[in-house]
Amino acid sequence: MTGYLIRRVLSMITLLFLLSITVFFLFNLLPGDPARLTCGKACSPQTIEANRHRLGYDEPVLTQYTKFVTGIFAGRTFSADSPEPIVCEAPCLGYSFTRHQEVTKMIVTALPVTFWLAIGAFLLWLSIGISVGIFAALNRGRWPDRLVMGISLVGYSMPSFFIGLMLVFFVILKLGWLPFPAYISPFENLGQFLQTMILPWIVLATLYAAYYMRLTRNQVLEVLGDDYVRTARAKGLPERVVVVKHALRAGLTPIVTSAGLDLAGLLGGAIISENIFSLPGLGSLAINSVLDSDLPVITGITLVTATFIIFANLVVDLLYAVIDPRVRVG
Amino acid sequence: MQVEAGAERPFLSVSGLSVAFPTEDGLVRAVDGVSLSIEKGKTLAIVGESGSGKSVTAQAIMGLINRKTAKVSGEIWLDGQELVGLSDSEVQALRGSEIAMIFQDPMSSLHPFYRVGDQIVEAIRAHRQVGAKAAKRETLDMLRRVGIPAVERRIDDYPHQLSGGMRQRVMIAMALINSPALLIADEPTTALDVTVQAQILELITSLQAEFGTTVIMITHDLGIVADVADEVAVMYGGRIVEVAPTGLLYDRPEMPYTLGLLSSIPRMDRELPERLEAIRGNPPSPIRLPAGCVFQPRCNYSDRVTSGACLDVRPELLPTTPEHLVRCHLPTEERQQITQDVFNILAGGS
Repeated sequence: MTGYLIRRVLSMITLLFLLSITVFFLFNLLPGDPARLTCGKACSPQTIEANRHRLGYDEPVLTQYTKFVTGIFAGRTFSADSPEPIVCEAPCLGYSFTRHQEVTKMIVTALPVTFWLAIGAFLLWLSIGISVGIFAALNRGRWPDRLVMGISLVGYSMPSFFIGLMLVFFVILKLGWLPFPAYISPFENLGQFLQTMILPWIVLATLYAAYYMRLTRNQVLEVLGDDYVRTARAKGLPERVVVVKHALRAGLTPIVTSAGLDLAGLLGGAIISENIFSLPGLGSLAINSVLDSDLPVITGITLVTATFIIFANLVVDLLYAVIDPRVRVG
Repeated sequence: MQVEAGAERPFLSVSGLSVAFPTEDGLVRAVDGVSLSIEKGKTLAIVGESGSGKSVTAQAIMGLINRKTAKVSGEIWLDGQELVGLSDSEVQALRGSEIAMIFQDPMSSLHPFYRVGDQIVEAIRAHRQVGAKAAKRETLDMLRRVGIPAVERRIDDYPHQLSGGMRQRVMIAMALINSPALLIADEPTTALDVTVQAQILELITSLQAEFGTTVIMITHDLGIVADVADEVAVMYGGRIVEVAPTGLLYDRPEMPYTLGLLSSIPRMDRELPERLEAIRGNPPSPIRLPAGCVFQPRCNYSDRVTSGACLDVRPELLPTTPEHLVRCHLPTEERQQITQDVFNILAGGS
């Protein structure tokens, strides 16, 4: 187990390293001159060249990359030879000259918003998706099953911007049940936080819950026909124990994988939901950075998101080993 | 076989058992009017191809047929108690305590996530109020009796850490842990290596003698039945087509299907014929059974029944002798003659 863990962590670090190279060089290959973007239309070639030097874009790509990686671990200083050097402390993911802010700080500010959005939606869709999926499986072929599957199909087919805009229109504008969303930390004002988050949670959870209902239903149906479930019945265990302890334990295991990766993906930002409800999360930050061609921020967000997903993969695999003894050996 | 009114019932007696599953293609009559009986401590083998209804019969006796999706009718009497009419919770109380079952594939029949010891302890505590320590002691004891070495260590193993034979031993230990009166073994050796098969059969037989258990052995392999069973029931198309004490069935089978099964087994005590006789054709679809004898489309001798009854009359299960029942339209003498001829050919005679 320890050997497995060490191997997994090492391969995770290698993967992150390769990823940083890919991301960095890929974005450097993009058309457009980052230095050109630093000042407006009436920009003299001299200013552009001066900015290019200030930002370090005049150096070879490899040197830029080395400095970028060094910045993550040791911090770095931009335009060191100018009268106003910009000190970026580790972990420094770069500096946005468009917004005049450190990328790390921008991400750290946006991350909690996305985190709360993702966690809330995650809990909502898991609890609804799994319980309803089990319910449908246990009533297979009868009307509750058909009803659930119908609802799931509708939920899965509706684009989240549609659900989101409908909710904004009716719940906020027409009926006035909720104030217009204005994000605030739950530690500052829990009431306002909940009022702001409830609709985004519903929008995000609808799509995923619909998917998880189907996933759970199919999983449970599959294991209910498995031989060890028949054995559990043959032992004379009560049906409740047969379903919960024997069928669900095995049937829900693959859902752990899905859930972990979906959550990690969401932590990279839910672009549509964040935009509809004006939540200043990673998704909004990403979209705005793309619109501004703010390369350092895009690079930073891509790396952070990828790290989440790689890390989630590791966690999911370790969890799997805890749940399924067959995975533990080797 | 037939139970007279007022006579004492055999330990297990099944009469007119039918199991039908409604499907979109029609009603699947998996088991149709099966009657059988076993005396206490004896072994009955139910033999048949896949789809003959033998496993469904076993599951019906075990109360494992889901009554939401299937119709079960008929009577099953176990030790003076009728089982078909019982409520779900009453059947549940019998399962694993009075009636236990061993399945075909011990790998998939044991739960992959739980230690084998815990799975047996669970079976104990489903029926008896036993403390954790006592249950573990009992489990160790039973694992030793089914021949598992180093039980102290094995009890904490997961199923995938055991070999196929060991897993089936665990299944047997689990089935016998509550000293059931009836043990149903559904193809207990099919998924195992040939070398292990004999050991497992021997184990079942010796434990049966020790515990006085009545056994129903379900198999498609007439070869393994000879050493184990007191009586054999051959099933075809959801019905019993021939029942006889084991020796009699081997020496003087009468139903052409049984004859076909027997002559398709290679035997050590006979010259190997040019080629083994296979029964031509395939088993019938349980949705569209032939109107007459279910075996008629595959039978080599049905044209000898000149009345044509094989095509449109279902034959009854009738006694040749009181202990030998056959479902066939052919006259008894003719059947016996056919068997004689076939056996002569197999023995290499004229």
